[in-house]
Amino acid sequence: MTDHGDDQVMVTLRVNGCDHEVVADVCATLLDVLRDGLSLTGTKKGCDMGACGACTVLIDGRRIKSCLALAVMQDDKDILTIEGLASGEEPHALQRAFVEHDALQCGYCTPGQIMSAVGLMQEGRATSGASIREFMSGNLCRCGAHPHIVAAIAQVAGIVP
Amino acid sequence: MNPFVYRRAIDPRGAIDMAARPDACFIAGGTDFMQLWKAGISAPNLLIDISRLPLTAVERHDGGLRIGALARMSDVADHPEVRNSYPVLAQALLASASPQIRNVATIGGNLLQRTRCLYFRSGSLPCNKREPGSGCGARDGENRLHAIFGASAQCAATHASDLAVALVALGARVLLASQNGERALLLEDFFRLPEAQPEQDTVIAPGELIASIDVPAAGTWRSYYLKVRDRASFEFAVVSAAVVLDLADDRIRTARIAAGGVGTRPWRLRGCEAALIDAAPNAATFERAARLAGEGAQPLRHNGFKMALLERTVLRALQAVRGDL
Repeated sequence: MTDHGDDQVMVTLRVNGCDHEVVADVCATLLDVLRDGLSLTGTKKGCDMGACGACTVLIDGRRIKSCLALAVMQDDKDILTIEGLASGEEPHALQRAFVEHDALQCGYCTPGQIMSAVGLMQEGRATSGASIREFMSGNLCRCGAHPHIVAAIAQVAGIVP
Repeated sequence: MNPFVYRRAIDPRGAIDMAARPDACFIAGGTDFMQLWKAGISAPNLLIDISRLPLTAVERHDGGLRIGALARMSDVADHPEVRNSYPVLAQALLASASPQIRNVATIGGNLLQRTRCLYFRSGSLPCNKREPGSGCGARDGENRLHAIFGASAQCAATHASDLAVALVALGARVLLASQNGERALLLEDFFRLPEAQPEQDTVIAPGELIASIDVPAAGTWRSYYLKVRDRASFEFAVVSAAVVLDLADDRIRTARIAAGGVGTRPWRLRGCEAALIDAAPNAATFERAARLAGEGAQPLRHNGFKMALLERTVLRALQAVRGDL
């Protein structure tokens, strides 16, 4: 982190395994820097107030809302976005399951839903349909794909929802 | 959105020294601050990042538990000692916000979160808490979610934290650090009534930093947190109850009850507690105690329903803590 006066700062963000040096406004959210500074537009801006979950990314393995995080506070952390989830051309199991279960309609909330589901599974909360619903409550889908989203996560977790 | 200068503190002393000016603000998880800042409600000139200070431990202390102010909500909820000895805490934490928020938000920040009153959050409607002297829009406006205890003519906004309700029921203390040293006070006394100065939520002074929360020894306490809300998850409480009971020889030795969603700060239900202490823990005792929950309440036009809802919430929490449910 290097100061460029009081308004801007050079910050090194480690995103999907690569270091990116960006000059960012000290007031900029991680979401805005990912999208506008690094052109990683898979992470979506919905409400921009922490309610909808479209901006969900993982930081050091934990799911967070990037609209409520300042970019300047994220140096030395591992940031994982939807762009870094697949292994080369091989989609992540959750990405495949979302396609198979038709777990989306317009798709705008989908990157956040999938990143949140990755976090949910790492937390060990994909134990039942009720638990998946409770622990996916931070992601809203206005198309109403929630039942298919739960089914997709349940399949990857190997449980009957 | 007002621009701010950003500085990162490397130790608590440095953070405290930097904060010794009225236009400074600490940021840790930032989940509430960022909402307030985007809405123009909070506009510090100096933002001090305390997120990397070593105040994250949860450890045994004086027979009880010391929770570092910067411990994350999800980590505290998952802590074995919290789950085993203080279920009311784990339940209150897991009923708060969403998983993404709980992964970031800290215990200290949770206690300092501002009210969810829509007049306060609007940024433009009258609100004495946001803009002293502008009036209270809720008093004669939409007040379904407002307080039935502790309101003044200036403010009827409820305190939003579930965690604070559980901690008040447990008799927790908050440890504050400043250039003058440390002071500890009951969390119950940390929160201010709105009275004529609703803009001050707590007694914390500029330059003071929450260092930890100390929870007394649980001994044989049983506890439970019940939250009633307008939807099943990711919503603030309409009414909640934190119940701590110590049952021995068919007698209630200790009873501490605090309610959320009903007061301008976490609200002790002392009438209920008095009716429980030394009584037999049976259905008749619980019903008699729960009927006292609304004592002293002063409902507004749209929130009278909270009286009956509070009684039922307290009753169900009492039944749950004894294992009836």
